[in-house]
Amino acid sequence: MELTNENVLGKLIAQFGEENIVDAYNPDGIMTFTTNRENIIALIQYLYDDKDLQVQFLTTMAGIHFPDHKGREMCMMYQLHSLRHNFRLRIKVFVPAEDPVLPTLTNIYATANWMEREAYDFYGFIFTGHPNLIRILNIEEMEYHPMLKQYPLEDQTREDKIDTYFGR
Amino acid sequence: MATDNKTADTDQLQEFRDNRDLKLQDKKNENLTTLNLGPTHPATHGIFQNILQMDGEVIMDAVPTIGYIHRAFEKIAERRPFYQITPLTDRMNYCSSPINNMGYHMTVEKLLGIEIPKRAQYIRVIMMELARISDHLICNSILGVDSGAFTGFLYVMQEREHIYDIYEEVCGARLTTNMGRIGGMERDLSPKALHLIGEFLKRFPKVWAEFEKMLTRNRIFIDRTVGVGAISAERALNYGFTGPNLRAAGVDYDVRVMNPYSSYEDFEFEIPVGEKGDTYDRFLVRNEEVWQSLKIIEQAYKNLPEGSYHADAPHYYLPPKQEVYTSMEALIYHFKIVMGEIDAPKGEVYHSVEGGNGELGFYLISDGGRTPYRLHFRRPCFIYYQAYTEMIKGGQLADAILTLSSLNVIAGELDA
Amino acid sequence: MQIKTQNFRNMSDTNKDINMVEAPEGHSGAGFFATSFEKVIGLARANSLWPLPFATSCCGIEFMATMGSTYDISRFGSERPSFSPRQADILLVMGTIAKKMGPVVKQVYEQMAEPRWVVAVGACATSGGIFDSYSVLQGIDRVVPVDVYVPGCPPRPEQILDGLMRVQDLAKNESLRRRHSPEYQALLASYNIK
Repeated sequence: MELTNENVLGKLIAQFGEENIVDAYNPDGIMTFTTNRENIIALIQYLYDDKDLQVQFLTTMAGIHFPDHKGREMCMMYQLHSLRHNFRLRIKVFVPAEDPVLPTLTNIYATANWMEREAYDFYGFIFTGHPNLIRILNIEEMEYHPMLKQYPLEDQTREDKIDTYFGR
Repeated sequence: MATDNKTADTDQLQEFRDNRDLKLQDKKNENLTTLNLGPTHPATHGIFQNILQMDGEVIMDAVPTIGYIHRAFEKIAERRPFYQITPLTDRMNYCSSPINNMGYHMTVEKLLGIEIPKRAQYIRVIMMELARISDHLICNSILGVDSGAFTGFLYVMQEREHIYDIYEEVCGARLTTNMGRIGGMERDLSPKALHLIGEFLKRFPKVWAEFEKMLTRNRIFIDRTVGVGAISAERALNYGFTGPNLRAAGVDYDVRVMNPYSSYEDFEFEIPVGEKGDTYDRFLVRNEEVWQSLKIIEQAYKNLPEGSYHADAPHYYLPPKQEVYTSMEALIYHFKIVMGEIDAPKGEVYHSVEGGNGELGFYLISDGGRTPYRLHFRRPCFIYYQAYTEMIKGGQLADAILTLSSLNVIAGELDA
Repeated sequence: MQIKTQNFRNMSDTNKDINMVEAPEGHSGAGFFATSFEKVIGLARANSLWPLPFATSCCGIEFMATMGSTYDISRFGSERPSFSPRQADILLVMGTIAKKMGPVVKQVYEQMAEPRWVVAVGACATSGGIFDSYSVLQGIDRVVPVDVYVPGCPPRPEQILDGLMRVQDLAKNESLRRRHSPEYQALLASYNIK
């Protein structure tokens, strides 16, 4: 079966229902759609197991923060790749900032382990069922999640920088 | 994981792993030595820390710690105009900076919808393949150093200097090249650069053949590397391996072939594939890839098309200096680009290139401003280094060092 | 007191280019040569500085080139990169030092024996470089005292060699008592190094 964005989407909607596969669009040739945290693991497992699709490679995971979207501030992007058919797809899950909890993907993909730790470190996502959810890149004592948009980039302890040098 | 996909081989491997895990459980109560390997250790070539549980010489467990040079690339990228992000990508995999630079440029070009002329694409291919050679050259020669062969390292480092001479002629820098621009190259290949590339193509095969001869059939080297740090194709895919390390395990996934970019479809080359996924296979795959890269450079060098070295995109590509002084329009564009006041269109793109260590991906979200809203780097080292624990368990300490250098983990790419 | 190498070593051509160091100032007469201890020790130290390559990132790759056959750091008496801090004379910090790494640099410095010199190679080790971010230490002089700064991102091998030669100058001209001086003690105390 030749995989196209349309027939894969149709297949997924038939399997999971129209209310769980929403906002499908195609920004750069890679089909992108949104689902919810209740269905994400079942969906990825289905993509993995299905004989026609064989989407068995997790390319990357990335957190995104949209502070202006009320109630769905935190976004987790999963990008999957079917090496057999050279077909990529991107799945997004939105969760509210006060409750950034997602189920872990480590039971399907071993590689999700560090990706999820990175997402926890950068954005504060909590992955239920993760074997070892601790900070990975930053020091353990850090008190905030630095990639959230409200935190500054620069080192706040630096005292040799004077704003007038930078035209501020 | 779906069980029906497993072959008999992997069943055996799993059985072996289960047995080993049982043994490890038994050993838990006995006296194990704790060994702290890193973060500064001469044999690790970078900043990695592994706290090992040792039973004599045998590694029972390892706890890796990373992040010792975390530099917050992704956060910095959200604050910089598009063209100022190229220097950041240099410092990711610093052994093959041009691949990172051009991968990033291609991502932005995809967002902007710019078509790049053939000549610029071919120049990019030449530079990217030179970078691949210099990356594999370091990895394989360091593997030699770690197994006790210093000569090869000193020998091929001279050749790397010649690659750096080419970089210098093309862009002015040696290591962190910041090569090219969004929309093409910053200048055409000079006659001297072409001459240097031609000379390199003539001289390098001899050097590389000698280097190969020194190690490939070397009894000591074979004893040290065959069967060391092996990983099955299935586990490698599950761990998200890409690049030479995945190909050594027997999966012929190469971004250059599967999703060609920058005219890679024009060139004839082969994808070397290993069998067992051990250190020796990784060494062989990298060796062969150097030959294939040479082949690609040769084809691109011979068939270098005429034409412009940059796209016709005045909004995004800096105008020539003499026009800036004489024409109003060019001055305005120059000012806007240099001050980073060019707004990119809204969009979301993912683009990946075959980096030195595997699929180097850039996931870029633009909200229509002068900086990316979010730029995520898919860094192959970060993704496959987590398999390291599994690969060294049950092996000896000296083998763990060889496994690490054959994986070619680059600290800058690992920690971002 | 220049030894004429050509006179007794003209068997091999490669030895023709070997230069011996100049003897320090002193008084010589029939059968004796007198100079101060300080100068002789300084001379010896300056020409056998063992570096500890503390390479974290890109600058470390340039150090690899410096160590390699083209630039050859051994010409300056730094033949042996000492990975053990106890036997090292210069701490060459090359590359970005993140805040997570800061304590490690300090510990390595503390393990080194006196006299010890520190070279901050590259913009990151000097000042944090282009990485003005929450996770990067803005220059290693926040944790250890630095003797020589080498600019560049990354510096060329020639620049690293120049940095090494500046340390040689320091080693040559340093008073033997400097490490006992109250100023030096105060400097270490300001970094909280005992």
